[in-house]
Amino acid sequence: MIRFDDVWLKYRHQDRSPGALARDVLRGVDFKIPEGGFRWLTGPSGAGKTTLLKLIYLAEHPTQGRIDIMGTHAARISRRDAALLRRRIGVVYQDFRLLAHLSAYDNVALPMRLARRAERQVHADVTEILRWVGLANRLGALPDELSGGEQQRVAIARAVVGRPKLLVADEPTGNLDDEQASRLMTLITALNQLGTTVIVATHNHALVSAYPAPRLEIAEGRLTAHG
Amino acid sequence: MAKHHTDPLGLHSALEDWMLPVLVAAMSFLAALAVAGALASTVLAAQWQTDTAAALTIQVPQPSAPDAAGNATRLAAVQAALQTMPGVSSPRLLSTDALNHLLAPWLGTDAAALGLPLPAVITATWSGPGPGDAIAAALNKPAPGTLAQTGVQWAAHVTALTGSLQTCAAAVLVIVALVGGALVALATRAGLAQRRETIEIIHGLGAQDGDIASRFASRATALAVAGAAAGALVALPVLLWLAALAAPFSGPPQLNGLQHGLSGLPPALWTALPCLPLAAAVIGWSSAQLTVRGWLRKLV
Ligand SMILES: Nc1ncnc2c1ncn2[C@@H]1O[C@H](COP(=O)(O)OP(=O)(O)OP(=O)(O)O)[C@@H](O)[C@H]1O
Ligand SMILES: [Mg+2]
Repeated sequence: MIRFDDVWLKYRHQDRSPGALARDVLRGVDFKIPEGGFRWLTGPSGAGKTTLLKLIYLAEHPTQGRIDIMGTHAARISRRDAALLRRRIGVVYQDFRLLAHLSAYDNVALPMRLARRAERQVHADVTEILRWVGLANRLGALPDELSGGEQQRVAIARAVVGRPKLLVADEPTGNLDDEQASRLMTLITALNQLGTTVIVATHNHALVSAYPAPRLEIAEGRLTAHG
Repeated sequence: MAKHHTDPLGLHSALEDWMLPVLVAAMSFLAALAVAGALASTVLAAQWQTDTAAALTIQVPQPSAPDAAGNATRLAAVQAALQTMPGVSSPRLLSTDALNHLLAPWLGTDAAALGLPLPAVITATWSGPGPGDAIAAALNKPAPGTLAQTGVQWAAHVTALTGSLQTCAAAVLVIVALVGGALVALATRAGLAQRRETIEIIHGLGAQDGDIASRFASRATALAVAGAAAGALVALPVLLWLAALAAPFSGPPQLNGLQHGLSGLPPALWTALPCLPLAAAVIGWSSAQLTVRGWLRKLV
């Protein structure tokens, strides 16, 4: 499902101050996640978790090494196919990335509309998932009118509404209380049991011990534990 | 709640929107004038060319003096020669009255009273090939000093003038099209920069480059067409006024501008004016498409 083969990454436009050296943010990362697998991704802040996830959801190219996502060699893919592949990956971004001028409902509907689903289907799925994350009465609210935790739940709803083959969540519980976090984990576990491959980056150790699963641990761009 | 759902890029609430149609309207106005200028010069030149080229004027000095052979007057000899000359038809001797009338502005109302030796003037129609240089040569044998002039050279000047006017009009159109394309590209770039984050998010959700580009292109096309149509409409009264000014030069009364209202404009202009919004649509669409697709290439 996901395969990293000696992957290195240096951000292209890093620090431009004189004498600044481009640092390798990922250094020789090697791992595999089988279809339907679940992985925690842990490590200190700045270790490279978000960077690794960006490579998975095709928002960055590795400087070196090979990445396969859903059986496709990521470097060889056309722009068209990359877009189609992105539609099958649900992403919860660390910074949410909601569209500020769209309501919660329209933000969640966006991936389904991009996939040109019928508006009736969109309505059914969007209202259901927003009810699930406890936002049934905030459908028309703009992101600015929502709390951090509510925005995070909209972001989660948007990531899962299209029943993705792969779910990538970057610190999805950062703004949630314990009850909301465990509700989210119930949702993610259910999706995983239905066959979605899941990878969740988190600092929340309590959560990791409550839901035991194989762990990718990263420090300074290297995997220090795998499985 | 789904008010925005057909417009995830928020293109309908863009602030800079009024700039593009206004500038495109100005471009379209210029284009309309250029097209009208080119058409008008073609119509007028066609008229002038046939009239001017066909006019043959012959002056015979000392018309009542005997000709070279001594058989008749010079005028009679010239008139006889013209009858048989190929390419020359309907020669007509201007009467003294007509001549006096022509000369009145220069010589006063009764030129004959001044006792000036006036030449006889014959007008005719020239349909032979070339500028007709041989005519004077032939007529000089019986009547030395006879001048013959066709309008062919003048017609050539008119042709050259029309040609350069049309080249200028074409250059204006090309420049207007390029500037119009650049305006759309600039407006599109501003729109892209303003929505950079939104576009990155939509791209991340799996939108195709074509989806994003055609949203921008539809918007740019709509604005450009509106602008071009407005520019052409504003140009219309100006063109009617110009047509009215040109009417006395264009002969046939059906071209007389204001009296005939809108029908006063040459029919070709009626085809050309609706082409302006059409051209704006093509330019707007392709410029926006190219700009957006080029910009999207920067995204992974
Ligand atoms: N776009 C970027 N350009 C340059 N450097 C970057 C960029 N994004 C991240 N980095 C650097 O790469 C390193 C890894 O960042 P990353 O965001 O992957 O860390 P992280 O493990 O997700 O941290 P956190 O737990 O705080 O989210 C950091 O040192 C960061 O400064
Ligand atoms: Mg991170």
